[in-house]
Amino acid sequence: MNIAIILYTLGRVLAIESAFMILPGIVALIYRENNWWTYFVVALVGMLAGLLVSFKKPKNTQFFAKEGFASVGLAWLLISMTGALPPFLSREIPNYIDAVFEMSSGFTTTGATILTDVEAITHATLFWRSFSHWIGGMGIFVFLLAVMPMVGGVNMHLLRAESPGPVVGKLVPKMKDSSQILYVIYIFLTIVQIISLWIMGMSFFEAVCTSCATAGTGGFGIYNSSIANFSTLIKWDVTIFMILYGINFNVYFLILARKFKNIFKIEEVRTYLLVIVGAVLIITLNIFKTYDSFGIALTDAAFQVASIITTTGFATCDFNLWPSLSKTILVLLMITGACAGSTGGGLKFSRILILIKAVRQEINSFIHPRSVKAVGMDDRTVDKAVVKSVCVYAFLFALIYFGSVFIVSIDKYDMVTNFTAVLATINNVGPGFEVVGATGNYAGFNYLSKIVFIFDMLAGRLELYPILLLFVPMMWKKH
Amino acid sequence: MRIIIVGCGKIGLSIIKQLVIEKHDITVIDKNAEVINDITNNYDVMGLVGNGASYSVQKEAGVDRTNLLIAVTGSDEINLLCCLFAKKAGNCNTIARVRDPLYSKEIQYIKDELGLSMIINPEYAAAVEISRLLRFPSADKIDTFAKGRVELLNLVITEDSPFVNKTLIDVAKRVLSDILICTVERGDDIFIPNGAFILRANDKITIVASAVNSREFFTKIGYDTHQVKDTMIIGGGTMTYYLAEILLKMGIKVKIVEQNRDKCEELSENLPRATIINGDATNQEILIEEGINGCDSFVSLTGIDETNIILSLFAKTRTSGKIVTKIDRISFDDIINTFNVGSLIYPDKIAADYIVSYVRAMQNSIGSNVETLIKLNGGRVEALEFKIQKGSPVIGIPLMQLNLKRDILIGCINRRGTIIIPKGQNTIEEGDTVIVVTTKSGLSDIKDILE
Repeated sequence: MNIAIILYTLGRVLAIESAFMILPGIVALIYRENNWWTYFVVALVGMLAGLLVSFKKPKNTQFFAKEGFASVGLAWLLISMTGALPPFLSREIPNYIDAVFEMSSGFTTTGATILTDVEAITHATLFWRSFSHWIGGMGIFVFLLAVMPMVGGVNMHLLRAESPGPVVGKLVPKMKDSSQILYVIYIFLTIVQIISLWIMGMSFFEAVCTSCATAGTGGFGIYNSSIANFSTLIKWDVTIFMILYGINFNVYFLILARKFKNIFKIEEVRTYLLVIVGAVLIITLNIFKTYDSFGIALTDAAFQVASIITTTGFATCDFNLWPSLSKTILVLLMITGACAGSTGGGLKFSRILILIKAVRQEINSFIHPRSVKAVGMDDRTVDKAVVKSVCVYAFLFALIYFGSVFIVSIDKYDMVTNFTAVLATINNVGPGFEVVGATGNYAGFNYLSKIVFIFDMLAGRLELYPILLLFVPMMWKKH
Repeated sequence: MRIIIVGCGKIGLSIIKQLVIEKHDITVIDKNAEVINDITNNYDVMGLVGNGASYSVQKEAGVDRTNLLIAVTGSDEINLLCCLFAKKAGNCNTIARVRDPLYSKEIQYIKDELGLSMIINPEYAAAVEISRLLRFPSADKIDTFAKGRVELLNLVITEDSPFVNKTLIDVAKRVLSDILICTVERGDDIFIPNGAFILRANDKITIVASAVNSREFFTKIGYDTHQVKDTMIIGGGTMTYYLAEILLKMGIKVKIVEQNRDKCEELSENLPRATIINGDATNQEILIEEGINGCDSFVSLTGIDETNIILSLFAKTRTSGKIVTKIDRISFDDIINTFNVGSLIYPDKIAADYIVSYVRAMQNSIGSNVETLIKLNGGRVEALEFKIQKGSPVIGIPLMQLNLKRDILIGCINRRGTIIIPKGQNTIEEGDTVIVVTTKSGLSDIKDILE
């Protein structure tokens, strides 16, 4: 393990995160809030420390896959821990573990909160929470590679460790261009949403925070009621943008490249959209009796489905009160998550498609023991190694999931709460059911449970391996 | 520039390595998913698994927007097909590797008919390189600039050389030739020497000179400048055929030792004037019987690197003539360099260099001013040829007054075909091409040499 180069990479990440922290500082100045200094002090110290560490490139530039995983895992831990400093220093979140929970929930775009009263928080911290979704959604390394690329294989190892999906590729030959295209699309969508929300009647601050939280599919609301008190128009706007951010960003690149025909060939996106339509229909039919009108039921169903499937976690109603069928559908959507290569979390549709096809092939081989059939997707054969890694991933996911549920069950809550709380954190959704439902929060858990949740959120966002590998002693051997 | 490379064998990889450093947008296509995986892990390129000669794969690689397609798969026919499709689909420049001697006779016809920009034959290119060494056996390696008018030659200062422990100023006084010593490699260090630099035994030096002067210089310092009289080639592959053909035309006697009877017969049909020996060259008796003792030059071209190295080591003990060793695998070149096996020839690297220099020439027409770039001393030194454009800040100022960066040396000025080895009072004029030798990399314009 080449520790020098990891430190160098971490220094750069810290410097970038600290630079981002100036923005909430400015927000504090605008709203004349007296916690402005916490953001500026942490930003200044962070930038100095980051630049100092990454001032000189280490002599040994050896950078293999394990260095990539370690850098990404540690960097996300680092940004969560430093990002938690300003709200902790200003005593808004008086406990440091709570603050780290809140910020890892922010960066991993989970949107689970330990705050019982969000409306009591300063504008600066509200903005910082929402903005952390924006940073975490596309990934801090993707940003780093867009502004200052590193040499050779380093790029690919970092991208692979940070980007979601079973197979990670570039859009164009050069990593720098590829990252820039992703961020241009991302920024463009964000700006369009800010403007549309602003026109529809949100204040500028509300529009920016809501858009950032939608972009990263995060889900931190700035009101206790999340999005419930806004107009129907705004609810539909957010619904549509959530669905858009849950789509594989390759689609937008294909649109930019004017290859419209290829878009419909992407099986994952097709399935994702079909599942959304199906889920919305079933839930609407299931709940509309309890609503005044079909229209409101449809709005709520569509919003909740989009919010859960993209793992955003906004809410317009308390879906805890819905009938079991609807609740079960939401839990299933929590597991699937959105598309690979999007800002959403979860297992990802491409993995589920590969798993289903692998299962079908296995069943088929019982009937025709000598049959040979490759697993295919998008008119192309999926490499056997990929199929295998997807199967292992699914099992590993289950392992961590049940392990976490076991530890959390030591705490005082019921099974549904525990099961959905772990699912909502590991898949970066945010709200679960019962205590952690749409109107609830994670404040009541003990510190052990919170640490497990922090681990789950980071592991879920980085697709398990970067965080898990940090605990393997072999990783840290010198050679 | 946007470049598509089809085929990621040794040549493909060498090209990718160099072109990535030069910041091109590269997409590579190979049938083997593992190879692609490996390359995209290590280099900033986009990989695509598939048959490069398929239209849909080429389209996915963006052939309609690409500037150049390089086809270097193992098959001549696929390479030609790739280029043909790319030409039709993307109207881009195309380079194909075609190595079969059958096609090589028709190379010009193929090139014109299929609209290829360049056809590279690694075996032939390597054979040309070897023939150059045999024409001038005292040098270890020869590179040329300015369409062959300027040569860069590597040689080792032997223990009994008159230059040992002399400063470069003394050397210049002694030989009175128009040459310039531009790099000295001593152990692991590389120097761009000035006049006070003192040469030691076993230094590897590079000199720059016009083709005529370099011969004069070698004669003056007592080295043999005549081309070899005879040569012994081990192995009867394609490269041997090309080499023998060139050497026979130069009037050099050729003796080929080949193990396979059928190959021998085929060679004897195609090369009636060469002596073909059917025998196992790893048998010392045969080599001695066929006159390895005292042969003027010895070239080992078998398909196995280890055999070539052993054979050359053996030849070294038997003759003081020129020895050339072919190595296919590039990965251990720094180790092999420490063996005393004469001049080393890496066919794939030579082919890659040809292609890379074509890419540079193409790039030139777009913006950069580098005409040629040659890597010396294992890539640690670069010799670049710059074209001097109007308004350049170096024009008209005597060289001694230019504020050059450290480790930069102006090796030669080519003024409309006249080669000037520059002294302090010389000036650079518009329209000249200038050769700059440096340990820095990444120079892209002549003004980059100024402080």
